[in-house]
Amino acid sequence: MMDGTSLPTQRSTCAYCGVGCGVLLTPDGNGGVLVKGDPDHPANFGKLCSKGAALGETVGHAHRLRAPMVHGAETTWDEALQKVADRFRDTAEMHGPDACAFYVSGQLLTEDYYVANKLIKGFIGTANIDTNSRLCMASTVAGHKRAFGTDTVPGTYEDLDEADLVVLVGSNLAWCHPILHQRVLAAKAKRGTKLIVIDPRRTASCDAADLHLPLTIGSDVALFNHLLKEIAARGAVDPAFLNHTTGYAEALATAEASDLRATGLDPQQVAQFCEMWIGTEKVVTVFSQGVNQSTSGADKVNAILNCHLATGRIGKPGTGPLSVTGQPNAMGGREVGGLANMLACHLDLENADHRRAVQSFWNAPEMPQAAGLKAVDMFRAVGDGRIKALWIIHTNPAVSMPEADAVRDAIAGCDFVVVSDITGATDTARLADVLLPAAGWAEKDGTVTNSDRTISRQRAVLAPYGQSRADWDILAEVGRRMGWHGAFNFTSPAEIFREHAALSAIAGAFGKDFDISGLADFTDAEFDAMEPMRWPVRRAQKGGRFFADGRFFHADGKAKLLPVTHKPPAAKTGRRYPFRLNTGRVRDQWHTMTRTGLSARLSSHLAEPYLDIHPTDAALLTICPADLVEVKSPHATCILRARITTDVSVGQVFAPMHWTGETAPSARIDALVTGAVDPISGQPESKAAVVSVHKFEAAWYGFAVSLDMPGPKSDYWAMARTEAGYRVELAGRNAPQDWEQSARALFDLPNAQITSFSDPARNLHRLAFHAAGRLLAAIFIAPEPVAVMRDYLATRPGADMDQILTGRTPADVPDPGPVLCSCFGVGINTIARAVETDRLMTVEEIGQSLRAGTNCGSCKPEIASLLKTLTLPQAAE
Amino acid sequence: MAREKLVMIGAGMAAGRVLDHLTDPSFGAASERFEITLFNAEPRGSYNRIMLSPVLAGEKAYDDIVTHDDAWYAARNITTRFGERVTGIDRIAKTVQGENGTVAYDKLLIATGSDPFIIPLPGHDLNGVIAYRDLEDTTTMATLSPGAKAVVIGGGLLGLEAAAGMAARGIDVSVVHLMGHLMERQLDPEAASLLQASLERKGITVHCDAHSEEILGEDGHVRALKLKDGTELTCDLLVMAVGIRPSVRLGQQSGLALGRAIQVDDHMRTSDPAIFAVGECVEHRDTTFGLVAPIFDQARVVAKTILDEDATFVQKSLSTKLKVTGCDLFSAGDFATSETRENILYRDPSQGIYKRLVLEDNRLIGAVMYGDTADGPWFFDLIQTGQDISVMRDTLIFGAAFNDREGPPEDPLSAVAALPLEARCNGLTHLSMAA
Repeated sequence: MMDGTSLPTQRSTCAYCGVGCGVLLTPDGNGGVLVKGDPDHPANFGKLCSKGAALGETVGHAHRLRAPMVHGAETTWDEALQKVADRFRDTAEMHGPDACAFYVSGQLLTEDYYVANKLIKGFIGTANIDTNSRLCMASTVAGHKRAFGTDTVPGTYEDLDEADLVVLVGSNLAWCHPILHQRVLAAKAKRGTKLIVIDPRRTASCDAADLHLPLTIGSDVALFNHLLKEIAARGAVDPAFLNHTTGYAEALATAEASDLRATGLDPQQVAQFCEMWIGTEKVVTVFSQGVNQSTSGADKVNAILNCHLATGRIGKPGTGPLSVTGQPNAMGGREVGGLANMLACHLDLENADHRRAVQSFWNAPEMPQAAGLKAVDMFRAVGDGRIKALWIIHTNPAVSMPEADAVRDAIAGCDFVVVSDITGATDTARLADVLLPAAGWAEKDGTVTNSDRTISRQRAVLAPYGQSRADWDILAEVGRRMGWHGAFNFTSPAEIFREHAALSAIAGAFGKDFDISGLADFTDAEFDAMEPMRWPVRRAQKGGRFFADGRFFHADGKAKLLPVTHKPPAAKTGRRYPFRLNTGRVRDQWHTMTRTGLSARLSSHLAEPYLDIHPTDAALLTICPADLVEVKSPHATCILRARITTDVSVGQVFAPMHWTGETAPSARIDALVTGAVDPISGQPESKAAVVSVHKFEAAWYGFAVSLDMPGPKSDYWAMARTEAGYRVELAGRNAPQDWEQSARALFDLPNAQITSFSDPARNLHRLAFHAAGRLLAAIFIAPEPVAVMRDYLATRPGADMDQILTGRTPADVPDPGPVLCSCFGVGINTIARAVETDRLMTVEEIGQSLRAGTNCGSCKPEIASLLKTLTLPQAAE
Repeated sequence: MAREKLVMIGAGMAAGRVLDHLTDPSFGAASERFEITLFNAEPRGSYNRIMLSPVLAGEKAYDDIVTHDDAWYAARNITTRFGERVTGIDRIAKTVQGENGTVAYDKLLIATGSDPFIIPLPGHDLNGVIAYRDLEDTTTMATLSPGAKAVVIGGGLLGLEAAAGMAARGIDVSVVHLMGHLMERQLDPEAASLLQASLERKGITVHCDAHSEEILGEDGHVRALKLKDGTELTCDLLVMAVGIRPSVRLGQQSGLALGRAIQVDDHMRTSDPAIFAVGECVEHRDTTFGLVAPIFDQARVVAKTILDEDATFVQKSLSTKLKVTGCDLFSAGDFATSETRENILYRDPSQGIYKRLVLEDNRLIGAVMYGDTADGPWFFDLIQTGQDISVMRDTLIFGAAFNDREGPPEDPLSAVAALPLEARCNGLTHLSMAA
């Protein structure tokens, strides 16, 4: 800016997935932030996905927590933190340290995480700290440790650029890690890299795939065992590299006994997969939640690692297994030991030497001897009263844990619950005794580590909102108030970073991979200026890849191949629960939507939770498109919109996991999921619940738009933000007696002027509330799913209310249709009209004409499918 | 060949329209086929009677509503005998006797219209008690001094137009209506209450459920109307607008078949094949007529019949508009409730808008609108054609603009926010592009 009021642009890191894209943040001077991709960041080189590009829309204060609260009343930090310190100390004294627990998240910065881990393990004296990374990464951690001796990601993102074959296993990379997907697509364009997708579902990632293997849910071990068998059979084993490993013979013997039929795949397709994998030296196997979230998650990871180890395709450019993580700092959490079974810097809690070294480094009074409770067990312990004081930081377990209803009830029943968050409007925060306002993403300083070991700085560009404070600061003050002044006398993230780096020298000395001791002497200025850098950072090695030299971290210096056997998911389908429920993410939302849900642009892509079901199943159940369905598991019932699609197989259904009590209480998907966990990793099986599906017998369906947030109470509702306010889908089993009265209650508009349209015989009712001709809110009720132009109506609150009850655009205004391209807000109908009028034939032509898909590119697969649909010749009639 | 002698009695709107047709070559009338004589008791030719209300309200002048002036008749060689009453018809001799002489006819058209009904209340013959029928009545009302008081008995179309016209001239008007709500034949209670509210905003006092008992006078001039409940409404003028009686005196005298009016067949012939009748004086299939639309239909049919061409009069649903500025109402068809009928309602109290559509067997059979009547003709057309409205039922009440739109109707699959791509595209055009 030239006017002299410009605020400096800072380099920081995106708040969402584990790709860890660099962003350039420029405060706009009015509390907002302009967000651009950092062209110099090695993860994204300037690109951002739809979510990252919309970060600026999520830093508003509308839902922020302003001050500490105790039992719903605002209070001072002094009172709130003293209460936290007193209750944790009293609980530990009266019931033992194991009655205390922290449940934290991969959204903490490494420095926050470090203080939390130090406080509970070193000083409160329990290992009861676990994190939502347990739901995300634990199986990979376990698999890595079993194979390599440490939790080491061998390769880097550059391997995606240099590979000739990329295999996605249980990863919808196109939607969940769009920037990495675009790196793959760029490699495809540049060097003809082949792409194989292994996923029970046909996802957006399949659009560019050369091969899609829709395997039976949970059968990955059988597939990769078969690959190992074929590797051996075709002589593709690297005998020299095998010298750096143990366990090959047993692994192969087990693989040879494995039955491929468990995958349900066409043997010819499998043969093609094996041919491509074995025949391509430069192969990267990318895996994610489809592998991890399983009762055989660790075995799946090892089945994949076995193949890379047997062929020596690891740690060399363009080769290797690559786990992609779901959270911005899942990796940082693993490094500091934020999991119940780890210590710090990849040191092991159950190794006495490691424990003593850390205890001495921390000068800690007492260290737990054994691993703490992992997430699922932790909340069971909360439920049965063994844990009496619980501190939840930046995560929403009342929604995201399996058997979420039981977890919610457990938290509600816990003696003392502290929640740190930026908002009080989450299912979990509403259950807190003490609610602590944490500084938000754009207000915090520290570091995060992404999926390829790159440590990046996150930098504050905004002042903390209200009285909110950084998490390390809150945690450290509680440590001091509990009496440990010296250990928690931190005054800056840089100081914590240096302590963590110094501790990593001890890990290095034990021969561990995570060693950033080269940074232990960083000055504050160096920390401030820190460039993204990949660990390790030590004298012997800086960044780069691991394992090409054949040196691993087991005591014998070798890697281990593991004999792994296919095991079907824990929950069994049967007569009562005939469907297997897969869960996952949508393109424009993240986790439980506490931030992405604030962006109208992101919320317009898929504004409602849904259940994908195959047409054959839908026909049997007489479910029509747009019907609502009741989805029942042994644990709970959900109501979701049916999307009839061949993206899922017969017998399989899919639902996104983002919706909560705040946005769609009947769509808390993890309430359906069983708490069965992987015996090695403790990670729950979130993608293989069993359910029944039935049509929801709605007496009425509704669609509403509103300037202010409505308060729906119907059997089904789903609310989303819009530029003009809110949009809500509704339905109920029983119609109210008086629609005007119930609509006034919904919108909290007891006295507003009303315009109504009703056709009582058809159960059709439309009501609009307005003031001085401006629309405040409108609701459209019908006996079937309401047929109105939603995307147009959503723009109307605050505008002229004229003709709103028609539910349609005026004759001269075209209906844009649901948004496909969030960056530029381009709707499906707009694209379809342009395709028709201007005869646009390619995604690129659409981009040139409408800009759709030209910013983040996340919507390109959908534009491509739309084009296919539109240009399909009509069936002869 | 000698020209046929056509005699017409009455020069109201029906007769005016018949003459328009008979003098219009494009209608099929040969020029100068008839030798026409036109009697009219009023000393003038045809004017647009239904526009008397705007004249009363001062929005139009009498000259604006004249449809046929002397020059018009002269140009068409029509003999006019205005201000002359017809005293009798000799059907054997085929002559009509006027006050000033007899005329022979080959064909005779009776278009004598109707007379206003005067309730025989005590005092109904006092000075200052009038009906609302013709220009004279209009002039009487229009020449009251501002601030004078008037009572109108009858809250129907005509009474309200009289009341509003006088109110517009600064007269203090009360409307006395026997029924529970105004215009009960055209409006339902809800629309009537909106109408009553807007009349009251014009300063008109409305008494519904009000039974008139006696007209009180002083010095032979009306002084007040006394109601059964004892209320006395002081007035300088009392207007009775409680309905009309078909004018059947000549038909009766000459022995034509009568019911409540002169009976005609589907071709507008009376029981005498040389005599035709049209307008408010006829009864067709047990129905009499007061609104202009069917009467114009009759005029067209009777003109064809007189021309010895085949034409048939068919009764259709009627629509009503009230010509009171600021009281925009429309009523058409049948809107009585019954178990087989369904209503679609639109209410916007802030704008004073009310609409009700009545459906039976997926057809529109009635419409009542108040405040916004722009779509009245469109609804009226749907009522008359009786077309099945099922496909547009959900948007029907929003009128033509939302239903005559080009393109396919909305795709029901666009009903929800979350639909897979292929389903969302179902309503869109599928292009067949050669690859």
